[in-house]
Amino acid sequence: MDNALASTSFAVASERPESTTARPLVNAKSTPMNGKILSIEALTVSFDGFKAVDGLDMSIDENELRVVIGPNGAGKTTLLDMICGKTKPTSGSIRFRGTELGKLSDYQIVRLGVGRKFQTPSIYEDLTVAENLEISIPQVHGVWASIFFRRSKEVRERIGYVAEEIMLKDHLRMKSGKLSHGQKQWLEIGLLLMQDSDLMLLDEPVAGMSPREREETAELLKRIANGKSLVVIEHDMDFVRSIAKKVTVLHQGRLLSEGSVEEVQNDPRVIEVYLGH
Amino acid sequence: MNISAKQGERFAHAGLALLLLGLLPLALGPYWLNLVGKYLAFSFVAVGIVLAWGYCGILSLGQGVFFGFGGYAMAMFLKLEASAPELPDFMVWSSVEKLPFWWEPYSSLTVTIASIFLVPIPVAFIFAYAIFRKRVSGVYFAIVTIALSMTLVVLNIGQQGETGGANGITDFSTLLGFDIINDAGKVAIYWVEVVLLLTATTLAALLLHSRFGKLLIAVRDREDRVRFSGFDTAMIKAFIFTVSAVLSSVGGAMFALQAGLVTPSLIGAVTSVELVIYAAVGGRLSVVGAVIGALLVGFMKSYLSEHFPEIWLFFLGGMFIFVVWVLPNGLADLFRKILRVKA
Repeated sequence: MDNALASTSFAVASERPESTTARPLVNAKSTPMNGKILSIEALTVSFDGFKAVDGLDMSIDENELRVVIGPNGAGKTTLLDMICGKTKPTSGSIRFRGTELGKLSDYQIVRLGVGRKFQTPSIYEDLTVAENLEISIPQVHGVWASIFFRRSKEVRERIGYVAEEIMLKDHLRMKSGKLSHGQKQWLEIGLLLMQDSDLMLLDEPVAGMSPREREETAELLKRIANGKSLVVIEHDMDFVRSIAKKVTVLHQGRLLSEGSVEEVQNDPRVIEVYLGH
Repeated sequence: MNISAKQGERFAHAGLALLLLGLLPLALGPYWLNLVGKYLAFSFVAVGIVLAWGYCGILSLGQGVFFGFGGYAMAMFLKLEASAPELPDFMVWSSVEKLPFWWEPYSSLTVTIASIFLVPIPVAFIFAYAIFRKRVSGVYFAIVTIALSMTLVVLNIGQQGETGGANGITDFSTLLGFDIINDAGKVAIYWVEVVLLLTATTLAALLLHSRFGKLLIAVRDREDRVRFSGFDTAMIKAFIFTVSAVLSSVGGAMFALQAGLVTPSLIGAVTSVELVIYAAVGGRLSVVGAVIGALLVGFMKSYLSEHFPEIWLFFLGGMFIFVVWVLPNGLADLFRKILRVKA
């Protein structure tokens, strides 16, 4: 455990300069928050009086892999929706490396370095795997830049690297609509890797996967977490155990418990509302 | 014959160039060439519809607005030339005594041509960006555009003295003194049009092959995902809508030159819907198909309305239903099947 922590902080020091060259603007704007990449305070959203998330406080460290669990309707997906700008909070604050996200539009939040994977695989089925990845390159967001875009050697290498990482190297020229369900999930994770997001929000990444695919996904997420922060929503407790160091349990929009998998599983409140069912 | 999609596309573009530059001018006399030219004027719009609707999912039922703009701009210049130094006749009939200020730029051909290309850019972009930013899309966008075209028709007809009202602008026959109604004039305009059209289809194909072309498809299929990859999708959609508006405007100008008149019906909703049908018949995912669709439907319209004046619209409607039913991706699909183009 100590060893792991030491190596992650090591990673912080060695990985930072790289991402500074990749996106200098972002790092120039942001101010460090004591090693926290995301801090959420008193976050509340209500839909017609129903509070889906209610006064939530939580924070995510740089390079942390956090799993969020909770029964249906606990507000997990809504929480991710608010972080990435899909849903606007009613009150409270979400800060990403010191930048308040509440007032930014979704694509601006993405450009700061927050990536989102949706629950059902959300990819471009009419495009090939390589084209899917190419579209997600972070530096080129303008219309003209896209028209005159040339696939440089670096871009091809980056696509190759990410495809290897998500186990789709042999499918680069295949229309992504023909991929299996699990491969589509990986491809969407690949899109976030191309985006080079520093904080990745993954909503049930192993839903609908075979046991073998789940294992491979767990390995993939652990590899990614070395140098990035991840927030993963998951139901499958075996999967949670295989990847999580720290788990946050939500219930009815509130924070119920937080800690290691064992701590959370032994927490009587958690057992009552969730695991005991 | 088994060929790849890329080869199939090159084949189609080469075939179109051969047809327009070689076969038709050789086979047809000036009268028919002029008719073909009129149909081709609509194909500019159809190419724009393929880009915006086929590839980016933006269904506009108001393309007639820009088609009408180009047509009126060109007709205003021709009318001023025809009536100089007097005021255009319809103004005199409505007791307009001074040329309206917005007519004045159209006494210059350079300004007229520039405005045909340039005016639609800010108009279409601002209109579309404002709407797409509000996340209005799909059917709702189509309704807004159809409302826009209907409003402009009413506005146009109401200003009898300044726009020619319901009669439109007619009675012009020279361009800078050059006769555009005689045979040599008709043939010359046909060549100008074909060169412009082939430039447009080539540029459209290049655009679709760029990364931006892939982005269009991505926006059409998963706009959310594109936004969450850091793109301002409203900007992408407004851009392609603007491209289609400029194409429509150029088509409208070519129409005015060859038809010898413009009327408010060009701006109207019926024209706009017909234009979408052209693209659908040809194939909404095929630039070349759109041109062929416009040619074919245009020809059928002329032929059927001459021979079956009472019931020709039923034939046209029937053809549209047939194509959508049997070939959802239009006639281009038929060719793909015949040539066994791999998807």
